[in-house]
Order: sequence, then C-alpha cells, then structure tokens
Amino acid sequence: MGTKRFGPFALLAVLALILAACAPAATAVPTQPPAPTEAPQPTEAPVVEPTQAGPEQGEPYRIGAFFSSTGPVSSLGVPEANTATMLVDQINAAGGVLGPDGMLHLLELKMYDDQSDPTVAVEVVKKLIEEDQVPVIVGGTGSPQSIGVIETVTAAEVPFISVASSSAIVNKPDGTQQTWVFKTPQQNLPVAQVQLDWMTAHGFTKVASLGVNNAFGADSMAALRTVTADAGIEIVYEGTFEPGTTDFSAQLTSIAGTDAEALVVHATPGEGAPLTVQFRDLGLVIPIIHNHGIGNRAFIDTAGAAAEGVLFPIGKLLVAEQLPDSDPQKATLLQYAADYNAAFGSAPSTFGGHAWDGLMMVKAAFEAVGADSAAIRDYLETSITNFTGISGVFNISAADHTGIGKESLVLVQITGGNWAYVPPTDYANVP
Amino acid sequence: MREGDLPHTRTALVHPMTFTDQLVQFFASGVTQGSIYALIALGFVTIYNVTGIVNFSQGEFAVIGGFVAITVAHKISLFRGNAQVALEWPLPVAILIGVAAAVIVGSLLYRLGIQPARQASTLSQIVVTIGASIALRGLILLAWGTDPYRLTPFTSGAPLRLFGAVITRQSLWVIALTGLAVIALYLFFQYTLTGKALRASSANPNAARLMGINTSRMGLLAFALSAALGAVGGIVIAPITFMTYDRGLMLSLKGFVAMIMGGLTNPFGAVLGGLLLGVVESLAAGLLSPGYRDAFTFIVLFLVLLVRLGGLRRRGASAAMAGL
Repeated sequence: MGTKRFGPFALLAVLALILAACAPAATAVPTQPPAPTEAPQPTEAPVVEPTQAGPEQGEPYRIGAFFSSTGPVSSLGVPEANTATMLVDQINAAGGVLGPDGMLHLLELKMYDDQSDPTVAVEVVKKLIEEDQVPVIVGGTGSPQSIGVIETVTAAEVPFISVASSSAIVNKPDGTQQTWVFKTPQQNLPVAQVQLDWMTAHGFTKVASLGVNNAFGADSMAALRTVTADAGIEIVYEGTFEPGTTDFSAQLTSIAGTDAEALVVHATPGEGAPLTVQFRDLGLVIPIIHNHGIGNRAFIDTAGAAAEGVLFPIGKLLVAEQLPDSDPQKATLLQYAADYNAAFGSAPSTFGGHAWDGLMMVKAAFEAVGADSAAIRDYLETSITNFTGISGVFNISAADHTGIGKESLVLVQITGGNWAYVPPTDYANVP
Repeated sequence: MREGDLPHTRTALVHPMTFTDQLVQFFASGVTQGSIYALIALGFVTIYNVTGIVNFSQGEFAVIGGFVAITVAHKISLFRGNAQVALEWPLPVAILIGVAAAVIVGSLLYRLGIQPARQASTLSQIVVTIGASIALRGLILLAWGTDPYRLTPFTSGAPLRLFGAVITRQSLWVIALTGLAVIALYLFFQYTLTGKALRASSANPNAARLMGINTSRMGLLAFALSAALGAVGGIVIAPITFMTYDRGLMLSLKGFVAMIMGGLTNPFGAVLGGLLLGVVESLAAGLLSPGYRDAFTFIVLFLVLLVRLGGLRRRGASAAMAGL
C-alpha cells in the first residue's frame, strides 16, 4: 500500500462527488416501473345503438382526453382515465347527450396516454385537435403536462379543462385568466384558508411551517404565508427539506426551540409519514396539521400510530359518507364512489373526481350549445354556476377559471387508522 | 392536545427547548446517524483490508437488509401490488433473515462480479462494485417501489431524557449494536484462526497463500462479513429514518468518507470517522441550514483528502500493522 495508491482514491472522491451531484436528480423524479397492462390504448367509446324510441339520432359528439396512464404520475392518471371511460360508457348506455338541436348524440371519447411526459402531452393534444378534430379537451394529469399544452390549445382555440392543480395553469402572469383553459382541482390557497380557520378557532398566534422543496411545497407555503399575514398569525419557523428526505431531526429540533403553537406540514406521504413519526418520537406535543398532499391510505399505513390525531384539509370525497345530509355534494359523491367501485373494484380517488368534474362540465356544455369550440368555451365561463361536482360546487367566471373555494374542502382528522370528518363547529376541539 | 390523549403521546418535551438542549439534541441525532455511517465504513474497511477493493455496493447491503427484514416482519405488497407478503414473523427472526439475505447478495457479488475479474486492476474491480450497486438499486426499485417503509422499533416505550434532549429507545439500539459490532469484529480478527487468516491475506497475500490460506475464500468471507455489517446498519436505522430504495448511494458515499477520515485501513478510525461525520452533519443541518447536511459531508471529504489524508493514513497504516 504505497503512496501511489492515492491516485485512484482522489479519482474516486471526484467520482463520489459526481454521483452525489446526480443523486437529487435521481430522487426528485420518483420512477415507478411502468405496468404495460395498465396502459389503456387510445380508447374509442363503444358505439351503442339506442333502442328506445324518442329523439332522432345525431352525429356523435367527440371528447378529447389525455391522462398519464403510465409513468411517474400514473397513480393519479389511471383513476382519471378510468373515470372518463366509465362516464362516457354510462352516458352512451343512457342513449347519449340530448343536444340543442333536439337530437341525441352519442359521445366518442378520444383518449391518449401522455406517459407523464409534457412533450408527449403536446404531441397528443395536437393529434386530438388536428386528426381527431375534437371540440373540447379534458386532461393533463400533472401540472407540467397541463401547463405544456396551454399554448397549443390557445392557438387552436379549443377549450381545455385541466385536472391538475397548479395555479399557473389558469392564471396568466398579469393575474387574468387563460382564455381557453379551465381547471377542476382546488388551488392551494383555500387549503391554507381551512388551516387558518382551525388556527383561529384555537386562538393560535404563532405557528411553524415545514414543507417539501418543490413547486407543490413552495406554492402551499406561500399560500400559508398569505393567509396568516392577513390574520395576524406569525410564522415563527419556516423550513424546507428536499424531496425524498427521511431524516427531519434538524428541522424538528429547531421547531422545538421556538414557541410555535402548531406545526403546518406541506408534503406527500413519502416525506410526510417519516416526518410525523419523528415529530412524535421527539415528544413534541403541539398539534400537527398537514395539507391535502397526505390524503391517501399510504400515509396512514406508513406512519401507523404516529398518524393518530393528524389533521388535514382535503376534498370531500374521502369522507363522503360522514358528511351531513345537508351537504350539497353528498349524493353526487356517494353515487360516484358506488359507480367507480362497481366498475373497477376499488374506491375512487380525488384525482378521478377531477376528471369527473371536467367530463360532466363538457356534457352540460354539449347539452346547452352543442359541439362548437367557441360556444363551449363561452358556456364554461358564463354558465357553470352552482355546478355540483366531486371537487366542489363550481361557480366559474371570467375572473376565476377554477371556480371553487374553501367551501369545497373539509377538515379531516386521522382517528383509529381512518379518516374522520371534522365539522367546522368542532375545529377548536381537535386534535 | 393534552398529554396522554393519544396512544403515541410520550414524555412531553420541555417546550420551547433552550439552545443548550437543542445542541444536545443535534449531538444525539448525529451520533445515531453517525453509528450507521460507522457500520457502513467498517464494511468498507473489512473488504479493503482483505481485497484492496473499495466496495461501492456497501450501502445497497444496508438497503437490502432493511427491506428484507421489513418484508418478513410486516404485511407488505411487492412488485407494484402484484405480490402480497403477510408473514409477520417475530422481529428477531426478521432481523436474522434480513442479515442473511444481505450476506447472500454480498457473497454472490464476490463470486459473480469480483472473482471473475480478479486479473483486472483494483480500479476496474471497484468499477464492478459501482455497476453492481446501480443494478441492485434497480432491482430494489422493482421489488419495493419508491415508497418509504418503516420497521417496528425493537422495543416500545417512552423515549429517554438526557439533559433536556430526547433520545428514542431505537437510538440506543443503534448505538449499542454498533458498539457490539466493533467489539465482535475486533475479537474475531484478533482471536480466531479465520480472523487471523483474513489479516494475513491482507498483510501479504502471497505469503498467506504459501502458508495454505485460500485468499479467494478470504475475499468471499470479507464480502459476506461486510454485507452483514451493512445489513445490521440498515435494519437498526429503519425504525427511525425508514427505508427507501435509493438510500444505498448516499450511505455508500458517507461510509466511504468515514473510512477515509479513519485512515482507510483502521476499523476504529472508521467508527470514529463515522460518528464524527454524523455529528458534523447534524450540527451543520441544525445550526446552519438542513440543506447543507450533505454539502458538509463532501466539504469534510475534500478537507481530509487535501490536507490530512497522508497523516491520517500513516496513523491508520501503523494501527493496521499493530493488529488492526
């Protein structure tokens, strides 16, 4: 082992650094092995000949759709594609859509898989517009895929209803709305407003905020800053962690050193679960409230007992059965859950609900104005009022192409390994 | 939330923590994490001493050990839900199976990857281990996916208090098992015939062969031993920081840094290097910014390589001469 052996080591050290530099890129995009069996082919709705007498049969109405059925966001895209197929089958089985011309029109679903890739998304949208000549498009599972096609649909003047959540999908930099783009998932701001209502109910004045260092976490943390500043609540600690982090000892110890009365976490189960476990292990007794990112079973399964008592705002689908009967969405939510379960043998997800909203808005537009792109756009902007959907009760306007606020969300507490609905009157009593 | 309301509520932390308490807490977290680096570094040193190879699959052994133990001890679905495993065997059995799985993988790596390339240069053999680590990570991803998984803590119960800091029982397991591993390794190398044969192959392979020691079997033994050390690290930390498919790379790099800090050949140096690295990281993350955690590891690596490597190594080498 002479001195000449150091050459390789210096080389290895450099190699180590290069590998380390590459590491975040490898973790930032969680890769899931694609499951070819789940990849739906471009689907065409089965053409069902209606048997009942009644209105005359018109030309089928085409709907364009593209979801990420494969790739990293396929866990969101698969229920969306499933929902679209299910709804079109349902509508066609009932004879189709009764158009403004007094004729029944079957729906023809032109659906493609964008493979979670924004470039592929643009390609399939061009195909939908030029080859399939669809009058309206629903889809764009992830925010990058949705944002990527804005230019294409705007140039072609085809209305597009996105199922992704980023506010940049409908908001132009100058604050006005994209003319041809709408979206169904709620923004992060109403989520922060529900968190604020809960803080106000407790009379908290100091909170800590800890979020994942990506677009989702940054947007959610910014929303919390906005609402707390207006309400006079001080964020005494604000910290971030990289996607894929599982050791939060440094951040949590720093939070323990502040006089925060609650911890707000902006994460998905991958980081949210270990964070919650370590929060409990450290013996911190302040309440912990997450955002809608942890709204799936994986969080409860992974965090186990530590998940008990965790609060988070989310769309109503998760706790549909527990909602009061007076809730305007309850019947719609239960019907969707039952239909989805019957068709696919599993509970529907919030993401499938976003596709439900988009498809049903298109159906309403077809009934009112037929298959004309410009007329559909105008209808969506002016006539989607008190529209009871899965993600909320929509009131879309020229100034707001999302159309749902904090009323579409509920506060949920994890109790006994399950989600429990918390009525607004009980905010002060949880956890 | 009142204390005792919920099953998980344990000893309440004095809140807010004073700065001194926080320092103790950072130190305790650092020692816990550093113990894992120490175990990985011990694996590096063992293989390096016997074969002259730096094995960059070392971190993957920890991930395999952790995941196999989790799979045996819990209900879990593999291959994207295509396989359901619900063994739920007792934890000690799961730990043994986890270690055994890593030992098998380590042995296979030596037999199929290193031994066929024994005529190649050391550097080529090191590249083989890098390739193996990438392949293993891919296989782990296929089987377990991207979700983090947790192993049940070894013992349940309230965390302990130390000067205002909170130390979980699992942290104590981590520190205790690392200590045990160091002592066991020392006794093995010092007092058993096989251990002495391993040291002989390391000190002078040709002479060892002339004395009838099968050096290739010693290489196999070194890989198996290192895999076991790595697996223990991966299993014992899984209840605290969970296990994810991509942990191996960082564990390997940090173990490598700890090994260099300890002077390449010295097991005790590697353990000290690992602990020191853990504490430096924890303090940097806590006092500066969590984003600097990994940056500090590599700053330490640079400093050691540029300034102190010669000195550290000389001391390491003399320690090795003195019997590891």
